[in-house]
Amino acid sequence: MFQLIKMAYRNLNRNRRRSILSALAVSLGLALLLFMAAIIKGEIQGAMQTTIALQTGDLQVRAASYVEEKSSLKWQDLIANPDQVAAQVKSVPHVTIATPRLFATGIINTPSEAVGVQLMGIDPASEANAPIVKGMIAGNFITADDQNGIVIGQTLAQKLGVKVGDQIDLSANTSNGDINEQNFIVRGIFLTDTPAYDKGTILMPLAKAQAFTATQNHASTIFIMLDDRDQSNAVAAALTSPNYQVLTWQKMNDLVIQLEQLANSYMVLFYLIVLGITATVIVNTLIMAVYERTREIGILAAIGMKGRRIMSLFLTEAGMLALGGIAFGLVLGSLLSMYFGKYGFYIGNIGLNYQFLLGDRIYPILTTSDAINLTIIALVITLIASLYPAVLAAQLEPVEALHGK
Amino acid sequence: MEVAKIENVTKTFKIGEVETRALRGVDLSIENGEFTALVGPSGSGKTTLLQLIGCLDQPTSGKVFINGKDVTKLNRNQRADLRKSALGFVFQFFALIPTLTAYENVEMPLLLDHHSATERRERVNQLLVSVGLADRAHHRPDQLSGGEQQRVAVARALATNPSLILADEPTANLDTENGRQVMEIMQKLNNETGVTYVFATHDPRVIKYAKRVVTLRDGVIVENNGANKK
Ligand SMILES: Nc1ncnc2c1ncn2[C@@H]1O[C@H](COP(=O)(O)OP(=O)(O)OP(=O)(O)O)[C@@H](O)[C@H]1O
Ligand SMILES: [Mg+2]
Repeated sequence: MFQLIKMAYRNLNRNRRRSILSALAVSLGLALLLFMAAIIKGEIQGAMQTTIALQTGDLQVRAASYVEEKSSLKWQDLIANPDQVAAQVKSVPHVTIATPRLFATGIINTPSEAVGVQLMGIDPASEANAPIVKGMIAGNFITADDQNGIVIGQTLAQKLGVKVGDQIDLSANTSNGDINEQNFIVRGIFLTDTPAYDKGTILMPLAKAQAFTATQNHASTIFIMLDDRDQSNAVAAALTSPNYQVLTWQKMNDLVIQLEQLANSYMVLFYLIVLGITATVIVNTLIMAVYERTREIGILAAIGMKGRRIMSLFLTEAGMLALGGIAFGLVLGSLLSMYFGKYGFYIGNIGLNYQFLLGDRIYPILTTSDAINLTIIALVITLIASLYPAVLAAQLEPVEALHGK
Repeated sequence: MEVAKIENVTKTFKIGEVETRALRGVDLSIENGEFTALVGPSGSGKTTLLQLIGCLDQPTSGKVFINGKDVTKLNRNQRADLRKSALGFVFQFFALIPTLTAYENVEMPLLLDHHSATERRERVNQLLVSVGLADRAHHRPDQLSGGEQQRVAVARALATNPSLILADEPTANLDTENGRQVMEIMQKLNNETGVTYVFATHDPRVIKYAKRVVTLRDGVIVENNGANKK
């Protein structure tokens, strides 16, 4: 075995540049795959974090008959006495935040157009608003007793051409099917770096939202955050009651989860293509080696080396190329993922809507399991592909091989 | 005792429609301890015959016996085993493995034959001494002269104590002095250890070392002269 490794190493050294280039092909292939996997993981996790923080929370409690898509404002579809319910929820272990929110669809009327927005009534004092409070770029966040103040996303503000202190004309559906209209004053502008959110969300105090939509003392949901996301099912079970539906972040984000699965299956295809290319490079190198060393193989066969051993020699060479390439590729891919994982890279608004809140930057995340899986896949595919040249060498007849130059 | 025996062997090469009958019925018996030259004009079948005796190729018809065993019945791996333990080869072009040192080249058959490390070390050193290359042990083939390379090949052929060494024009690529050295080493080892040699050659200076000369022409033996000793 040691002899095989020694011979393989010296053989690779004979044409060092070619060996290095072939190994480099494996490195680049693997680095690319690791980086791609990290991007996908980062994108999905980023989307998940963002959506949970801005939209779904870890858990939500809603009235049993509430249907999210309809943003129903009928009293029977809403939670009555939401503050009381929120306080009860808050007392359950692991719950750190429980705050009522009211959702309604609204339209901002400007002289030239009507812009659809999502209206959100919130408790301005709640910790749940942290991502938006942190993202304030102009003016101030609203206070609970503000009767005509709102905060809006920067993209929306730009589109409407409004700044802090300006008025906008907002109309919304009410609980009894009417339409209510009022002028509000922009108190602040936020930027969450989540394009879909920044271009279509308006926040106002819950009390005002209730008054505006005729949903006195009702809320669409209790928005809940936990100290440990993994406890969401347990907490959901504890909160279960016939009058309410309790939704976990997994359930509310099943689109993101499905998307991840879809992305993963596309990634497998991508892996195979990239690894197919790198394996071709290795196979090509080995086939060249088999032809160059035909006579030498003949000599080894003549002095009694069996086909199996000749095969092992070439597989050892392939294995060393692959391991060298993989080691470097692993370093390269990890460094790339770490660098961009720290600084992120800008993707801008790629045009997804509300269901999928994606930040405008992706921070790749290379997980250990991705790294291990890809490394093993790369090694196995390279070795399987190398079987062909190895068998080619092993099957040479000694006389024919000796005839070769 | 017979080391090798060839019975009515023919070998026909077929390339497309063209058939070349390289051997047309050869009977030959090689006794233990022989030092035999295989001569004949180019194309007469010397190399082909050596390859058949050496189990590198299979005859079209006829039988080949090595140490009394019919080798035409053996499979690839069994023939490889036989070559490893019972046969040694010296080729015209210095057939050393370029990445291995002289020492490692000689050691290779011993490794393939699973000899212990101590055994290998002793045997290789002893062989390198006997071919006069002890001081070149750790040189690679490209750092050796043609004559030295061919002596390493002789040492390698002897490594596993085979019954028969087959040499195909071992001196053809060497100058007179180096050719003489190689022949004298082979002769000395033949005298000292009794190992059997069969070598193909055109070279009258080489033929004169032979104890026996077998002449081939057009794939048949035309002269089998055991008296042509020097
Ligand atoms: N692999 C092969 N395919 C086709 N024909 C071959 C092959 N090997 C040998 N021959 C033919 O068989 C005949 C005998 O060849 P061989 O090599 O045995 O001659 P030789 O006596 O060794 O000649 P030389 O002295 O030139 O080495 C020649 O006519 C040669 O062309
Ligand atoms: Mg010949």
